[in-house]
Amino acid sequence: MSGQTAFDLDLAQTLIDRKRDIPGATLPILHDLQEQFGYIDDAVIPLIADVLNISRAETLGVITFYHDFRRSPAEGRVLKLCRAESCQSMGCEDLVSHLEHRHGVKVDDENRSGLHVETVYCLGNCALSPAALLDGAPIGRLDRDRIDAIVAAAQGKTQ
Amino acid sequence: MSVRVLVPADSSALSVGADLVARAIQDEARKRGLEIELVRTGSRGLFWLEPLVETETPAGRVGYGPIAAGEVAGLFDAGFLNGAPHPAALGPVDDIPYLAKQQRLIFARCGVTDPLSLDDYRRHGGLRGLERALAMGPKATVEEVLASGLRGRGGAGFPTGIKWRTTAGVAADQKYVVCNADEGDSGTFADRMLMEGDPFLLIEGMTIAGVTVGATKGYVYIRSEYPHAFATFQRAIERARAGGLLGASVLGSGHAFDLEARLGAGAYICGEETSLLESLEGKRGQIRVKPPLPAIVGLFGKPTIINNVLSFASTPWILDHGAKAYAAYGVGRSLGSQPFQLAGNIRCGGLVELAFGVTLRELVDGFGGGTRNGRPIRAIQVGGPLGAYLPESLLDTPLDYESMAAAGGMLGHGGVVVFDDSVDMARQARFAMEFCAKESCGKCTPCRIGSTRGVETVDKIIAGHDRQKNVQLLRDLCEVMTDGSLCALGGLTPLPVLSALNHFREDFAKPPTRVAAE
Repeated sequence: MSGQTAFDLDLAQTLIDRKRDIPGATLPILHDLQEQFGYIDDAVIPLIADVLNISRAETLGVITFYHDFRRSPAEGRVLKLCRAESCQSMGCEDLVSHLEHRHGVKVDDENRSGLHVETVYCLGNCALSPAALLDGAPIGRLDRDRIDAIVAAAQGKTQ
Repeated sequence: MSVRVLVPADSSALSVGADLVARAIQDEARKRGLEIELVRTGSRGLFWLEPLVETETPAGRVGYGPIAAGEVAGLFDAGFLNGAPHPAALGPVDDIPYLAKQQRLIFARCGVTDPLSLDDYRRHGGLRGLERALAMGPKATVEEVLASGLRGRGGAGFPTGIKWRTTAGVAADQKYVVCNADEGDSGTFADRMLMEGDPFLLIEGMTIAGVTVGATKGYVYIRSEYPHAFATFQRAIERARAGGLLGASVLGSGHAFDLEARLGAGAYICGEETSLLESLEGKRGQIRVKPPLPAIVGLFGKPTIINNVLSFASTPWILDHGAKAYAAYGVGRSLGSQPFQLAGNIRCGGLVELAFGVTLRELVDGFGGGTRNGRPIRAIQVGGPLGAYLPESLLDTPLDYESMAAAGGMLGHGGVVVFDDSVDMARQARFAMEFCAKESCGKCTPCRIGSTRGVETVDKIIAGHDRQKNVQLLRDLCEVMTDGSLCALGGLTPLPVLSALNHFREDFAKPPTRVAAE
């Protein structure tokens, strides 16, 4: 989301050590790693396990429990599209099929379009549904035209 | 003297361009050589008017909205700095009926003050509740909260004072105060608005809880879908420390209390209090079996007060004005005010804080003005994804805990999501099961397996396979989930499913359509 860098084991260790002593450190550490590298590399699992004195299985269990944590890098920009009830009432599913049929962008699927679209359930912008977050920036009253512009901009960025 | 101009920095306002408008106002003022003071506030919660620009005039705040960045030059031309007329002029903001008709106890300052100014907070009545709590002592504070009748605003409606009394009565070397800001219900945004628009109120409420029960440390668990709320709240904590509200001696009282904001990671279940505690401890967010209650064995095994944002945020008002004044609002056993949130297909969506007992019709028609696209209302889901879908015929149901339960629903966190007549209720029932399957923590079988079987069964009904038998099967499954699940996710998913079945039977009897493969 922010200035991401290529995965680096030493930097990962530094980030892990920075928060190792706060109570319940697992999630804060995982957030820092994802913020830095854009995903959680499997190579950090033994490092976290060692520092927090938990098993590697437990560490992996935590990573996989939470929808936020990605185990491989996302390509290009990330659009978190709300598909909960309020946004359904304003046609978010139409936007999902528009993305797929018009632009070939499948939600929650790896693709090379420069835009990675993820399902989220509620962004707290329900009075202005359909809602989304584009690389962390909120968008309200999302419609097909705006989707077209986002896809075009994302493709321009990667080409 | 420079004129004060106010533009919200609330994330809903940002989602429709508030930052661009704020920048345009700065640029235009500079270009014209006019001196203005631009203040970024929270939102008033009148979201169809966002971005809502306000000017402070001798006669009070005057509003203009919605304003696009391209209209800013025109605003200056019209003389909006003096509150002059303009096609988007709304007049005095406090007189806008949507706002004037509300009873804002919790949200009185939201959209009015600079959210990160502790001075502004004090000037508008902040910290009086905490000062009173410090003066009257823990025992009397607990009694006051008990007497107010305040019930947990997260959805369960458990009396807040009883939680506080329980934790206060346990001896322990360490106690905690935890705020559940994992506001995951679709159609709700009150917690987010408050954390972005008046964060010191939550800090004050949690501090009252801390000094009352003898806790020195508090955590606020904010969902990751709220990056702006998280950032604002973290800054508010720093300023509260700098201002002596948090730290080794709260307002010089000798009581120590400090706060830390923690980020969730996209798991709906972490809004369940024990699952939230597990997550705070760094584990998978799997729920705990109760008892023991968190009030006795909570975070890191210590006695813990865990309340919703709005519950904590109600306590400063209660202590400032007294339990009696608070209990004068509301009906029956639902006392005080509830910030309702109007969402979905609605013309005037936003936050409406009123005493309990207002009818759904008053909210949806009176405040909301009907659907956004003008089509008839067909269904209203109250209380988030675990709330019932109510038909038009139940619009006169009063919104309080008991009346909603009697109508086969629940109030939850006060979210109201409107659907027009194009909604397919069989698909909504399917989604309720699908959501439960995706978000189940996996601890208990009725929820983990039942929800997946539920999706399959609704699919069979939609596809027209053995409908009568499968509807009965779905009802049986709902009974098992209701009675056998460990927490509200599995236990209440049947509410939207059964309400769809009971009130919108015709949608389950349509000519079969092929179900799209997931």
